[in-house]
Amino acid sequence: MDLKDIFKMAMIGLVTNKVRSILTILGIVIGITAVTIVTSIGDSAEGFILGEIENFGSNSAFVIPGKGDFGESSILTDSLRDKDVVALAKKSNVPDANLIVPFVFGPATVTYDSEKFYTSLLGASPGNKDIDKLELEEGEFITNEDVVQKSSAIILGSKIKEELFGYSDAVGEKVKIKNKSYRVIGVLMPKGQSLFVNYDEVAIVPYTTAQQYILGYDYIQRIVITASSADKIPGLVRDIELTLRDSHDIDDPEDDDFVVQTAEDAAQTIGTVTSVLTIILASIAAISLVVGGVGIMNIMLVSVTERTREIGLRKALGARNKDILSQFLIEAVILTGVGGVLGIIFGSTISFIATIAIHHFTGFDFPFSSPVSGALMGVVVSTAIGFIFGIYPASQASKKSPMEALRYE
Amino acid sequence: MALIEVKNLSKIYRDNDIETIGLDNINLKIDKGEFVAITGPSGSGKSTLLQVLGCLDRPTSGSYLINGKNLEKFSDNELAHIRNNIMGFVFQAFNLLPRLSVLDNVKLPLIYSGIKEPKRTEVAQKMIDLVELNHRTDYLTSRLSGGQKQRVAIARALVNNPKIIFADEPTGNLDSKSGEIVLDFFQKLNKWGHTIVIVTHETYIAQSAKRIIQINDGKISSDKIVQDRKIAGKGDLIK
Repeated sequence: MDLKDIFKMAMIGLVTNKVRSILTILGIVIGITAVTIVTSIGDSAEGFILGEIENFGSNSAFVIPGKGDFGESSILTDSLRDKDVVALAKKSNVPDANLIVPFVFGPATVTYDSEKFYTSLLGASPGNKDIDKLELEEGEFITNEDVVQKSSAIILGSKIKEELFGYSDAVGEKVKIKNKSYRVIGVLMPKGQSLFVNYDEVAIVPYTTAQQYILGYDYIQRIVITASSADKIPGLVRDIELTLRDSHDIDDPEDDDFVVQTAEDAAQTIGTVTSVLTIILASIAAISLVVGGVGIMNIMLVSVTERTREIGLRKALGARNKDILSQFLIEAVILTGVGGVLGIIFGSTISFIATIAIHHFTGFDFPFSSPVSGALMGVVVSTAIGFIFGIYPASQASKKSPMEALRYE
Repeated sequence: MALIEVKNLSKIYRDNDIETIGLDNINLKIDKGEFVAITGPSGSGKSTLLQVLGCLDRPTSGSYLINGKNLEKFSDNELAHIRNNIMGFVFQAFNLLPRLSVLDNVKLPLIYSGIKEPKRTEVAQKMIDLVELNHRTDYLTSRLSGGQKQRVAIARALVNNPKIIFADEPTGNLDSKSGEIVLDFFQKLNKWGHTIVIVTHETYIAQSAKRIIQINDGKISSDKIVQDRKIAGKGDLIK
């Protein structure tokens, strides 16, 4: 008896009980669908986040105040000061530095006449225009002079401008934050949501102005330093660390009150986080596969009992135990295999629709990740489930004595 | 050498420490070319004897030789091989697979003996022709009449060219006319050289065999040659 015969027999067995076969594989279909969706969306999310980080600059280093990987309680840590910016700006300290961009951020309410707009405020340096890839619809960006003079210049995101001014000109008008007037010097081009900030809803003032008049402190929340190319980053990071330790009188790197991060570090960390999340979610989804497997075993046992006479007849006609075993085992494997393939098709389709929906509703550039490795895994896993949960019913079938089986009513 | 020889054959069923004797010290020889009817009242052990002779069940004690070979030490697989190659079976309830065509039902033993297509179809078709069902080759067996079903079962029993055919009440579920057609086939097959062992409780069917073995309480109570043999196909057998 060759494989083709076994397959044909198994198929006849399954087609005979069509409705039951379909209901039986439902558990596997749902399980594989869930696993496929989780892995596919997980990959998409990771791809999206990494893309955003890449976008932010693979040749930049971020200085964050505080300790630990992300700077513990970094918002409240006041270790970065203007003197650090001055030290970092010295060519002899950090020769590879191209741009040095200190900035702060916080909430603010922008008012114009009676209109109010609650928004996030970016206290920026001229370099923010480059590192955040900002473009101006009209007017101009803040200059070094604005920073030095703590001038009351403000640049509005496209959405704020529209909310406050409608279609009339904004440049040259005055808006108020905390009862202080600011002159609008520019309006940003619409840019859409990115992972960290929605630039359409951001208001930008010089960081020195933000510190003194809006946020009320004199430290710096981030310093971004760019190099001319990505391969200079390791040297750049080292120079930054040495300069800041010198500036803060720190001897032991353990005592650092700042963290220097690169896009690569962030990508690695986030990659690990999303992978772990994906694995956890996929494992939860996989529980339904076990439930589906038990369902298959249950139905196969019923089927073996129901078909006792058929088994007896086959044995009377010369079927060996292993012929019966393989017939029922292949039935279980076909069931789960078909369930797996259906699950992959459903899962991929749902993921595909979900990525389109996410793109549509959030504006994120959310890539669809075709779950090739997930699909292969799904087929292997579902087939294995067929084997694992089919072997017991099949061996029960094969052990029936032909005479007992023939006599079964 | 006898085709089948059993010595001191016993079969005891044990169910929760209660012993039931199925066969009690049976001694029997069946030669090639014989047509044997095993008869007896219900519960006498005639079906049990057929099942043991057909290697569907193992005896509790005693020896069983086919062509001089003792089957005692044979494994399940070896017994399956013997059932497949040396024996053919016809059952009272036909035992066809209802979702398969006539052709696929007849092919079944060939699948287990490893005969490949197209030879498989060729041999099976020949047997279907023999039982005069070639106009029903592709029918599902669930759509056939009882008599036709039993003829399919005969074709299936013959398809591996067995040395011996066992039939357990083959006419039990048939009307007398279909029953006679079936018996006619058995007599023909016997004429062509097949050994036939048939279990029946009907005397007139036993009369169509050449030898009648009577079983009572698991023992052979008589074993005689049929004197006034009934020949099927002459209206002889219809009650």
